[in-house]
Amino acid sequence: MFLDVTLNLLEGFKLTILIFLITLVGALPLGLVITFGSMSKIKFIKGLTKGFVWIVRGTPLMLQIILVFYGPGLIFHTNGLGRLPAVLVAFIINYACYFSEIYRGGIESISQGQYEAGQVLGMTKTQIFFKVILMQVVKRIIPPMGNEIITLVKDTSLARVVSCVELLKAAQDIVGLKAIIWPIFYIGAFYLLFTGFLTLLFGFIEKKLNYYKG
Amino acid sequence: MAVLEVENLGKSFGGNQVLKNISFELEKGEVLAIIGSSGGGKTTLLRCLNQLTKPDSGSITVNNDVIFDSKAGKLSDSELRKKRLHFGLVFQQFNLFPQYNVFKNLTLAARLLAKENNKGKSLAELNATYAEIDKKAEDLLKKVGLTEKKTAYPCELSGGQQQRVAIARALILNPDILCFDEPTSALDPELTGEVLRVIEGLKSQDNTMIIVTHEMEFARRVASKIMFIADGVIEEIGTPEEVFEHPTSEKLKSFFNKSVEVIAGKEE
Ligand SMILES: Nc1ncnc2c1ncn2[C@@H]1O[C@H](COP(=O)(O)OP(=O)(O)OP(=O)(O)O)[C@@H](O)[C@H]1O
Ligand SMILES: [Mg+2]
Repeated sequence: MFLDVTLNLLEGFKLTILIFLITLVGALPLGLVITFGSMSKIKFIKGLTKGFVWIVRGTPLMLQIILVFYGPGLIFHTNGLGRLPAVLVAFIINYACYFSEIYRGGIESISQGQYEAGQVLGMTKTQIFFKVILMQVVKRIIPPMGNEIITLVKDTSLARVVSCVELLKAAQDIVGLKAIIWPIFYIGAFYLLFTGFLTLLFGFIEKKLNYYKG
Repeated sequence: MAVLEVENLGKSFGGNQVLKNISFELEKGEVLAIIGSSGGGKTTLLRCLNQLTKPDSGSITVNNDVIFDSKAGKLSDSELRKKRLHFGLVFQQFNLFPQYNVFKNLTLAARLLAKENNKGKSLAELNATYAEIDKKAEDLLKKVGLTEKKTAYPCELSGGQQQRVAIARALILNPDILCFDEPTSALDPELTGEVLRVIEGLKSQDNTMIIVTHEMEFARRVASKIMFIADGVIEEIGTPEEVFEHPTSEKLKSFFNKSVEVIAGKEE
């Protein structure tokens, strides 16, 4: 039975990791786009982006998953997305908004003098961003990004609201079916291992970037 | 022939007119020291020259190249970038790039420019240019006395050392005119000497410099011309003897009196 349960849970864990990875791959760059939008000099774009970020950050992720899954079908009478794609779209948009605020904080914390030093040295705006600013921003946002990404691990469990059988749902099903409680503790260990690994990873990156201050 | 010609430069922030009809010329090899009390517009003038702030009116010409003319059309980003390179600027707060070591701070911009200018040429040619840049960086480090700090990061240097790196970094692009905005104001008093000595050492027939400073003794010793700015107006400009020995405007006289009081106050 233990082996049975383990195999079942591993199936769920695979989906958890999939949601986690695809969300990161999508949300990390999309977040940067949103950051540029929210820092845009064009008032309209800035306002629109900030409004969007406010709505996404101000409502539960679970609500957004439900909306993305049922919305297209009920509002537009189209076929809508499948369960997993709907979950991924909601996660990517949601996390991109959180990341964008972290990026923005990081970018705004870099002193004007860094840009001006690049300018008087004849660098282009693109060169200044990629050669001077970006690495400094990365160093500053590593700790808050670490927090956010660990939250993402736990948030993957929200996918069960549209019946995606990720780790938690897999365990819950077993608990209900076989009337045993230990799988719940068992998956707790899965989550702890996963987040423990990420904690170590981020600690390592932070250390790597500690060769300079500022 | 003048290296720098500034004519009727004006700049306002909101309703506050910070520079009013500033006109002056500099010859090659001259060292201009700009003095004046806080808020007079010294930094704004340097920033206008370096095109970090866009002037409202007037014109700036370097070696017959018109860098800025309020009557001409707007420059494209790449033109602006080229024109800016006539000037170098050393900031009060150094503004070194913290993630790069001293050597890379010096070579980064020069290498990027070389890459841009060598487009279409062979890799061997580009590498030869890079080697020249590296050689030049070594020479400059020697000049500012920091050869042994080549691989150190800015956070590992004292303020005075950081400022000397910043000076070398500005020099590597061969600006026609090198500007300093209070290069020693952010430093502990015991570190100002080393930086001022480096600046003094740059004085030559080829190096034209503009130095905003509160170090009166230094200005008097090193500068060939002194400019006193008050409320956005050049109140007085002339040789150190003229300005220091025979100040004519009341504002300059009272500025000197205040400076003396400040110095006296410090010594108490
Ligand atoms: N970006 C800006 N926006 C608005 N006002 C500004 C700006 N920059 C400078 N000023 C104003 O312009 C005036 C001149 O400032 P500036 O920094 O040029 O003086 P300064 O002579 O360099 O003074 P200090 O000796 O204190 O460095 C001040 O009144 C200042 O408040
Ligand atoms: Mg100033």
